[in-house]
Amino acid sequence: MSDTIITVEHLSKSYILRHQNAERYTAMRDVITNKAKALINPKSQNNKPTSETFWALNDISFEIKQGDRVGIIGRNGAGKSTLLKVLSRIVTPTKGRITIDGRVASLLEVGTGFHPELTGRENVFLNGSILGMTKSEIQKKFDEIVAFAEVEKFLDTPVKRYSSGMYVRLAFAVAAHLEPEILIVDEVLAVGDAEFQKKCLGKMEDISGDGRTVLFVSHNMGAINTLCNNAILLNKGTIQAMGNTQKITAMYFNGTNSGEGEFIIGKNSSDEKVIVEKVTLKDRNGKIQNTFQFGDSITAEVELNALENFDNPYVWIAIRNDKGPITNASGLLDGYRTSRFSKGKNTIKCTFINAPLLPSQYTIYMGIRASDGVEALTDSKDVAVFSVNTVLSEVGMNKTIADTVAVDTVSPIIPYRWEFNDGKQYTFDIKNYIK
Amino acid sequence: MSKHRIVIEPGTENSNYWKDLWNYRGLFYFLAWRDILVRYKQTVIGVLWSVLKPLLTIFVMWFFGWLFHSEVPQGVSRVLLVCTATLPWQFFSSSFSEASGSLVANSNLLTKVYFPRLIVPASTVIVCLIDFFISFLILVVIMIFTQFVPDWRILWLPLFLLLALVTAMGTGLYIAALNVKYRDFRYIIPFIVQFGLYVSPIAFSSSAIYNNPSLPQFVKFIYSLNPMVGVIDGFRWCILGGSTTLYIPGFLMSIGITVMFLFVGIWYFRRMEKSFADVI
Repeated sequence: MSDTIITVEHLSKSYILRHQNAERYTAMRDVITNKAKALINPKSQNNKPTSETFWALNDISFEIKQGDRVGIIGRNGAGKSTLLKVLSRIVTPTKGRITIDGRVASLLEVGTGFHPELTGRENVFLNGSILGMTKSEIQKKFDEIVAFAEVEKFLDTPVKRYSSGMYVRLAFAVAAHLEPEILIVDEVLAVGDAEFQKKCLGKMEDISGDGRTVLFVSHNMGAINTLCNNAILLNKGTIQAMGNTQKITAMYFNGTNSGEGEFIIGKNSSDEKVIVEKVTLKDRNGKIQNTFQFGDSITAEVELNALENFDNPYVWIAIRNDKGPITNASGLLDGYRTSRFSKGKNTIKCTFINAPLLPSQYTIYMGIRASDGVEALTDSKDVAVFSVNTVLSEVGMNKTIADTVAVDTVSPIIPYRWEFNDGKQYTFDIKNYIK
Repeated sequence: MSKHRIVIEPGTENSNYWKDLWNYRGLFYFLAWRDILVRYKQTVIGVLWSVLKPLLTIFVMWFFGWLFHSEVPQGVSRVLLVCTATLPWQFFSSSFSEASGSLVANSNLLTKVYFPRLIVPASTVIVCLIDFFISFLILVVIMIFTQFVPDWRILWLPLFLLLALVTAMGTGLYIAALNVKYRDFRYIIPFIVQFGLYVSPIAFSSSAIYNNPSLPQFVKFIYSLNPMVGVIDGFRWCILGGSTTLYIPGFLMSIGITVMFLFVGIWYFRRMEKSFADVI
């Protein structure tokens, strides 16, 4: 008996795109009038095509072994969510065949079926059963779920009175206590604060540690690198590459590379108000690079497309590795920000000065918030990848020890300089504050 | 390991459909439980609404029956005659409209989680069933006031309740599936319910139609096609007993139509089910 748990053979899924009557749903009125038109003038229908077939997934085949933790990555519209929906049996494929040996639970959204009028307690039971748990399973885990979500005091309050943080915590807590053989998770960690995200990732590592199979979609390459041992890179509905996670995530960035060190990003989700179009990494001489040396200054030049004018937005840019953030340059911490993003193209630059980074692979992770510091104007995401390839012994370190050091801090330990689109410049060096 | 083997292919019938439905019964209970809980949250008189609605309908129907001197069987008060029809009618109309709109109302579930979709309309009917049992108290109170004692035939009542349920489910499933694709049906549902109220024997008794010599035969035939005629006549036959009679050909016609609705409803629902998440 093989230990293959999911077999996908020649899977395709198509949707019909309607161009003319681009309404959200069909009204019978339209069907009748169209049929009537066709009766009167049969040729009029053929003149202009009103629909075209769009292949969201096109001839995909792969196998997943039991206990594998597979990250599914790709640009928006690459077919990640469609793949998860087909695997979860929510939509049926157009062609192909999938064989799954095990109980599947899918978490495509946090808090599916939560009812605002119901209390936290009632929603735990409802959501649990929607995700496929039995009543006794929920009862057994109830205390654990509540403790994980940290909402003990509000159990009998309707969730419509919850803060959004509490809501998300409770919803994730239920999902985190599922015990299926196969867990399918869509980008659900993008919500919640950083601390809770970390807790969720930890929980998911526990789950996969128990030998369960996890399929995980995310734009957060750090999370994919931490959690998954394999990855599948989708591109326009086909598999571009699959295999070792580190290799595939690097390809994910390089695939959109017009030159080494240039990253075309584009729209991430439909509610983004500022779109990160392109990120370019440069060294201190202005040369475009994606490989740096210990102590190099690293400049991230970010081209943004603002859909409207935004006054006093906050920008933060962090350097992360697969263990988490290393350092960040955050307007939310230092208070420095540009006076406005005007509608259209804006460019900002952030230079990490003389960055003493250890040899490893790093990502640039960034986000933009409105002047209130709360509303996200862009989805927080990894936008670029680079590596530092200095030999550790050259910078006076003992390689065997340095490799085991957990680099995990968000303090802005590296001095940095902002150069904004309005011509303003600020340099920040936390060492100036050491007395 | 292979005891949970699932094969996903386009176009093939899911051979485990009914077993799956059984496995998901927990979700069925929870959805029904949710609807019951949510129903009367933030209302002042709460459950009393399930009594008030039929009570007002009974009053209005009684008034029109009285105004037009509709025929009342011997030994039965008019209010009892109206009540025995209003309760099953309200059960049918609320189950039918709730089931029809249930898929669209739960579209967020349909696009995010897998389960046999039949659970959604089926669970809404449970809420209506509970409403029916609450409103049944009205009938009991009226029977006490009019000092009416039903005979053994009342034991047949669950059968006719089942007939009403099957009618509501059959038509509800069909309309629910259509409603996912063509939203026109949300306008048609209230119309069907309103129209049904007039063509069903609520303010009058069926014998007024069947025994009316001035009505041509085909009108009587069309009248008997309405499955609710069979249900209401059955309710009256069970509860009122005595002088009421069951018009057997009409009743068999109702059963036939109901069963047909159920099969067509389930068949169409299952045929459309796979594309719900794509089109909703």
